[in-house]
Formats: sequence, C-alpha cells, structure tokens
Amino acid sequence: MVAHAETVVVPRPHDNLAARILRALAKTPLQILLVVIGLLWLVPTIGLFVTSIVPQSAITTAGWWKIFAHPSLATFSNYSALFHNAGLTGALKTTAYIAVGNTLLVVVAGALAGYAFAWLEFPGRDWLFIGVVALLVVPLQMALIPMFRFYNELRFGGTVLSVILFHAAFGLPFAIFLLRNFFVGIPKDILESARIDGASEMRIFLRLILPLGLPAIASLAIFQFLWTWNDLIVSLTFGTTPITVFIFDQLREFSSSIDVIAPASFISLVIPLAVFFAFQRYFVQGLLAGSVK
Amino acid sequence: MTDASITVEPPARAVPPGPASGGALSRYRTGALFLLPAFVLLGVWLLYPTIYTIIRSFFGPSGYLGGWVGIDNYRTLFTTSTLVTAIKNSAIWVAVVPAFVTAIGLIFAVLIERIRWSVAFKTVVFLPMAISAFATGVTWRIMYQQDPSQGAINALGRTVSDAVTAPGVLPSAIPSTSLLQPDGGGLVLKTPLHPGGVALFGLTAIAPADMPTGSKQALKPVSKPGAIVGTVWRDFKPGGGKLGVVEQGELGIPGVTVQLHDSSGKVVQSAKTDGAGTFDFTGVPAGTYQAGIGSQTFAKPFGGYSWLGPKLITPSLLIAYIWIWAGFSMVVVAAGLAAMPRDVLEAARTDGASEWQVFRRVTVPLLAPVLSVVFITMIINVLKVFDIVIALAPESTQANANVIALAMWRTAFSGTFDFGTGSAIAVFLFLLVIPVLALNIRRFRREV
Repeated sequence: MVAHAETVVVPRPHDNLAARILRALAKTPLQILLVVIGLLWLVPTIGLFVTSIVPQSAITTAGWWKIFAHPSLATFSNYSALFHNAGLTGALKTTAYIAVGNTLLVVVAGALAGYAFAWLEFPGRDWLFIGVVALLVVPLQMALIPMFRFYNELRFGGTVLSVILFHAAFGLPFAIFLLRNFFVGIPKDILESARIDGASEMRIFLRLILPLGLPAIASLAIFQFLWTWNDLIVSLTFGTTPITVFIFDQLREFSSSIDVIAPASFISLVIPLAVFFAFQRYFVQGLLAGSVK
Repeated sequence: MTDASITVEPPARAVPPGPASGGALSRYRTGALFLLPAFVLLGVWLLYPTIYTIIRSFFGPSGYLGGWVGIDNYRTLFTTSTLVTAIKNSAIWVAVVPAFVTAIGLIFAVLIERIRWSVAFKTVVFLPMAISAFATGVTWRIMYQQDPSQGAINALGRTVSDAVTAPGVLPSAIPSTSLLQPDGGGLVLKTPLHPGGVALFGLTAIAPADMPTGSKQALKPVSKPGAIVGTVWRDFKPGGGKLGVVEQGELGIPGVTVQLHDSSGKVVQSAKTDGAGTFDFTGVPAGTYQAGIGSQTFAKPFGGYSWLGPKLITPSLLIAYIWIWAGFSMVVVAAGLAAMPRDVLEAARTDGASEWQVFRRVTVPLLAPVLSVVFITMIINVLKVFDIVIALAPESTQANANVIALAMWRTAFSGTFDFGTGSAIAVFLFLLVIPVLALNIRRFRREV
C-alpha cells in the first residue's frame, strides 16, 4: 500500500544480536495489542460469513461462533437456494449494469472534460473548473426530489439508465477534478510535438492522454465502480432493485430472513473486496490524491 | 466512496496550453465539444435539481410546486419532534465521529511504524472501506443482537458478567406453595422453625434441561433432635402430584445454598443441598428460626444489552461507523507520516526527547494539515450518513436513530411524500456542508 519509511538508520552503539532481541522483546506488548485490534476489525466480517453458511434453524438457537465447535453445521444450502432465487440473480445483474455503465460514462465524460480543463484554452476556463469542483459539495439529497418527479413524468423511473445518469452527474465533479490534475502533470513537450505534427485534439486525447493517464483513470474507475455497486439511496428512490435494495426489502423480518440476508450481504461484498484486493494500489492512490498532496 | 475525496487541496498550477492548431473560434469549439457530455450531465442531473430543490423548499407538500408557504417548511424542520431528533443525532455524530476517526487513525498510523507487518494490519483495518455502508449495517446488526446466544457482543458481555457474578442454579424457579415467600430476590419459608423441625422448599417452573446435574429422587427430610433438616426439590411430576409434599418421581435439587436466620434475621448457618435435595443445620440452639434460599440462587443470567433499542441505537451506529472509517484515516495519516522529514524526528530523539514528546511536539504539529483534512472529510461524510442507519436500526427504533439525510428521505419518499419539507431538509443539509465549499474556493484562489 503506502511506502514504508524505514529509511533513516541511526547507528546504535551496541547493535549486536542480543540488543536486537531485547528490542524485539520490548515491542512484544505492542505486537500483541495490534494483533488483537486486527482481529477485532475482522470479527464482524467473519461473523457475517459464518452466519451465511449456517442453516436458519441453527442460527436462531445458537450464535454463529458455535460453528467453530460444530464445523459440521456449515452448509452452502443458503447460497444454492439464493442462486436459484430469480430475485437475487436479477438484482445482481442490475447491480452490475449500474456499476459498469456508470463507471464507463464517468470515465469518458470526465476524461474529456479533464483534458479540456488541462490542455485546451478557452475563456473562463479556470473559473469554470472551480465551479465544477465546487459542485463536489452538493449532497445528492438535493437532487432526489426533482429527479424523482422528472423521471415519473417521463415514465423513466425504475430503469437502469435513470440510475446510471444520476450517479454519473454526482461522480463527475470528483472525476474531472482528479483527471484534470493528473493530465496537467503530463509533460508539455509530448503534447506540443504532437500538435506540431498536426494531430487533432481528439487524436491527442485518444492516443496520448488516455494511455498516459491510465493510473488516474484506474483509480477513478475503481472508486466509481465501488460507489455505485454499494449504493442504496439512489436505486431505492428511483425504483430499481440492485442487490442492496434486494437485501433492504428483507430487513423488515431480520431474524426469520437471516438465511437470505446474510448470504446476500456477503455476495454483495465479495465483488468490492475482489476489486479492492486486485487494485489496492490504485484505490489508495485515488484516496490520497483526493486528500493529501 | 467519492465522499472520501472531497478535499481542500488546490488543483495543480495550470500549465498554459500550447499554440492551438486552428483559429480562436475553432479552439473554443473544440473546448466546448470536450466539455459537452460532462456539462449536460451536470446541468440536467445536478445543477437544475439543486436550484429546483431550493425553490421547492418554500412551497407546499405536493404538486410540481404546491402552494407558497414561505419558511413554514423550515419551521416544521425545527419543531417536529422526529426531525429535531434527527438534527440532534446528527450533531452527536459530528461531535463524536470525526474526532474519534482522526485520533484512531493517528494512533494506528504511528503504532504500525514500529512493526514489520504493517501492510497486513493496514489491509485488515482498511477492508471495511471497500464494503458498502449498507452491508456494514447488516453485519453489525448480527453482532448487536440482544440475545447473548446470538449477538456476539452480548455473548462477550455474558462471558464477562458470568465471570464476575455467576448466574444462579435456578434462575427461573418459583415456589410451589404460598408458604414460601419472595424475600429480596430470594425465598424465605414463612413457617417458624425450632430445633428438631423440618423445612420443605418445593419449587416449580424448572425446565428439565435446566435441572442441575446430579439430581436424584428427592428424599423426605427426617427430623433430628437439635437440628433443622429439610429438602429442596422440584415439586412436580408428570400427572401433577400433591404440592408441598415430597413424592415418588420428584427430583431433589442439588447445589442450592439454604440459610438459617435467627429471630433477629441474622444468618447463623448455611448449608448446601445434596443430590436428593436434602440439607441439614446441626447443633442449632433452642430458639425460633427461619430458613430461606438466598437471592444468588435465583440470579438471572446476563440478558444482553439492547444495542438496537431506542437508548443505545445511536452509540451502536457510531461504533460501526468508526469501524468503517478508521482505515481511511489511518492510510491517509500514514501517507502523511511517510512524507514527513525523518531527520526532524531523529534530531528530536537525539536531543533526548522521549517518544511521547516526539509524538506530541513534533509528529502531531507536522501532521496537522493532514489531520485537518481527515477531520473535515469526516464531518461531511457524517452529515450525509444514511445507508448504515437504515440497515442497522430496526424499523422500530429508526425514529430514535434518525439523522438529517435519513429524515430527508423518510419525509419525501417513505409514506408521507412531503416534497416541501423534504426539500427544506435537503437544503438544510446543503447549508451545513457549504462552509467547506467556501474553504475550498478560498484555497483555489490563493493558488491559481
């Protein structure tokens, strides 16, 4: 993840084996403390997973941790039942369409605008850019009511596209901000020489900017994907049923539906976790780009 | 997730673009074409609705606009009890979460500098960031279940509570006859006893599974001179039997502590029952006594805190939310630490500063900009919190757990469809986050 800065090595007077062992021992309480904290951080997720593989009859009589004493309780029947549930498979498809569609749209529209703000000259450019970044602060609650009405009048509510477009608009200020700042850092000479060679702006954008901007685009794509994959409020409002809304509909009967809620929740977080582990570097880079220099 | 990245960082200094290939008009046209898709999206889905919502907040509950109501919607916001609860709760969130998240992130970041497996630790603590706030809500709802046999947190609570005060042998037992009366959580036999007397403690409402192990057929006490003897037994057998009489087929209750009080109420002796339920007090001087079973025998086991109940729901939510965001704070602060000039720290150490002094006087002041970024980011996140509340709080306590963003949604889209008040709540939320916007623009203008 982040580079570990153990660079400065101050020579110590007696840096022999015994001294090193003593120092390691001195750190033992800290090591134990951090192991305990790490475990505490893992327990809820483990609990969710274990709950998801215990049959409903067992989970209402004993806690999920009992499975460590009775491993035979574990079953994947909850999962197989769920995958035969048309509601869930449909919800997963909807989630995937929304997340992928929104990511593509934000990356394309954001990269085009980011390039314009970084390398094209037109009046009021920097003010426009500040205006776009200022939109970062608008909470999406500000747009729910008007768009709900608007969609209903156009009979557009409940469609995957309606949710994608809404998410895209609220993803764009950050996208433009991130990509513009990255594109500005691309060496000027490369662009200049392409322009002198007579390449059109679109060609420069496609052939130079997109490949060179890939690290920032990857960070952005991951953020957008996770954000929309995990969304509840937008889909709930506009009437689509991705996995979060599918689970939400079961929450009313929490205990009796736990055999659906727990595995569905775990399925819903498997994809984000996979994305996170596969692209951890970009994820953290994107986070830092937004937060510190 | 995007919320995490709202920032006070200025853009990199704009580099003047190179000489354009066409004339001025063509340059503008190219710029406009590149901006078009983004501006259509921002205009229709963000800018127009924002303006509409601001206007809408001064009009009645339904219709495209509804009737003009002036600031009535805002008045409603501050006078309706569920909405006031939401504002109060949001204030609690803002007061607690940013401080805790920043502090925990700082502590973790500093501590993991001293271990070799810091990457593993960071990954584990950062993991919840990838999970949706909604799934986190479900996850913690499982943790928070009240029944200690289901909720892990209350199970831990029970383990601790059992270690401190063991639960009684007979938490659910009740007397079978009215001769036995409740007395400060225990039972006392109202019949006065004298040496040579017999005390009968018939109890019922004990499930077979709850009977202490080692119980045998109950034995009728046999009176002995100079002693008080008795039996504690399960005064029940299939078919009923006679109450207050030890019969064939009824079981003695072992392990019960019986106390003998003298006439002043002082405990003079205590005895434990055997497998047949019998006990005896020997060498009892003449006098009048009473026998009783102490309250510890009937002590109820730890029933679990109601984490999801109206009183504790907000603290429960705060804990789950801090669990999510501590990783964010830790990673950002750790990056700040990594970028910090090491020689400053080493110089302080060489000058003889203790680790605590280095932390307090050097690390924290140098990290102040990073810490404030985390803090401000968390304020905005906390103001917009929604998913975790709707997932974690059961419907019955959602009114107690209410926060501004949830109140907005419930007012506008759940049941009442009051778009006027809903708009007013959205605008209120917007106003709360605007100070950060001002901060952003100030920084931009300084830099651009």
